[in-house]
Amino acid sequence: MVFLVPRMPRWDRVKKSFFDWERLVDSFPRLLEAFILDIKIFAWTTPAILIVAILIAIARSTRNPALFPVRIFVIAYTDIMRGVPVILWIYLVGFGVPGIGLDRPWNSPLIWGSVALGMTYSAYVAEVFRAGIESVHESQRAAARSLGLSSAQTMRHVILPQAVRRVVPPLMNDMVSLQKDVALVSLIGPIEILRQAGIDKAKFANFTPYIGAALIFLAVTIPLTRFTDYLLTRERDRTGASKVR
Amino acid sequence: MSNKLNLTGVSKSFGTNQVLNDISLAINAGEVISFIGASGSGKTTLLRCINLLEQIDNGSIHLDDVEITKLGVDANPIRRRIGIVFQSFNLFPHMSVHRNITLALTEVLGKSKDEASTIASTLLTRFGLSDKIDSYPDRLSGGQQQRVAIARALALNPEVLLLDEITSALDPELVGEVLDVVRELKGSGITLLLATHEMGFAKEISDRVCFLADGTVAELGSAEQIFTAPTDARTQQFLQRVISAGRLRG
Repeated sequence: MVFLVPRMPRWDRVKKSFFDWERLVDSFPRLLEAFILDIKIFAWTTPAILIVAILIAIARSTRNPALFPVRIFVIAYTDIMRGVPVILWIYLVGFGVPGIGLDRPWNSPLIWGSVALGMTYSAYVAEVFRAGIESVHESQRAAARSLGLSSAQTMRHVILPQAVRRVVPPLMNDMVSLQKDVALVSLIGPIEILRQAGIDKAKFANFTPYIGAALIFLAVTIPLTRFTDYLLTRERDRTGASKVR
Repeated sequence: MSNKLNLTGVSKSFGTNQVLNDISLAINAGEVISFIGASGSGKTTLLRCINLLEQIDNGSIHLDDVEITKLGVDANPIRRRIGIVFQSFNLFPHMSVHRNITLALTEVLGKSKDEASTIASTLLTRFGLSDKIDSYPDRLSGGQQQRVAIARALALNPEVLLLDEITSALDPELVGEVLDVVRELKGSGITLLLATHEMGFAKEISDRVCFLADGTVAELGSAEQIFTAPTDARTQQFLQRVISAGRLRG
């Protein structure tokens, strides 16, 4: 690639419109500043997603027959949220909800775009938690119940702590993914990094700001990904048998 | 002597598989009774039904003349009075030995941390495990784990203790230390129900032995009678196989 691409006939033009050093230096501070909004969206959606997801997972794992309607509701929720493309949902919620006549600041597309993103991700993350809950062996539940713990106490003290520990690596995976998808909120207005890169691109008639944005994303996602891999390896070492070569 | 446990016509099926078929038994307070029989004869299921971990299909179980299998009975307070120890220990791997034992004390019985700690350390000392109090289950041998599991069940001070093949998952050299604990329990007033493949031990410790076959009580009698003069053909056959496998000195 490195050898062949520069030998293509139009490489010079591509180089000029994508890898213009001056444009990069010029737009970089603005991109970084806009990236702060991405981080903010990430920072407030993450805890909300984790909390909602864990509640969904618990609701889905209950066995009380009286809670059947709740189970149906959360199953429908996760099915719908995972079935609708994220972008579509961001459009629907981000443009739709403010339209019902909310007052400022509650009519901001930024808020509802984040909510839409959070709703979709909570459904995915709930499935991760649910897989964790179901991976805890039934005998653990039997032991806890045999000691007189209620099913809520069993969930809280015995099942969840073990489940969460097991799903940290896949959870991190989803967080890396969320970190990137935050940029989708820009589609309904807020000026975050992707949008800022688009503005600069239009101003310069040059694509280099996109390269800048990509670099900034990578600077965050690569360390996060490496950390996820580290956690995965550690979890495997801790629980698995000795390695076979 | 009043009956601690009364089983009347207890039946339980899993799908089309009838595991327990019309079992009736009266167990005295403080009695040690062993359930023996081939794998799949219903020993484990019977104990799990008594602990209300399984719901019975028919019949009833009374604890001190109170029907515990009646629909709508809150199982949690009953489970505190009937402890169970499992074949595979089932300790909570994310908790220290100390927390394994104190969890139900603080969360279920509402005891203070200090009280719970005292109970835990007393039990662990009694079972020779006081140096393991802060260890995690993964770091213990099978025998140690099982002794912790017994301590965990005893911490709630149950009136009845169900021991479900508690030595079956242990290496042979670790069986002794667990059985010693059970020997110590006998005579403490607690009612012991054992499902076991340790015939020698069943013979030694039991007041009565119950031989289960195909989910029914095939024979019930004193340990002496069952092991030396079984009357039921299936019991005779079973014991013959056990003896020829070298698991019981005939």
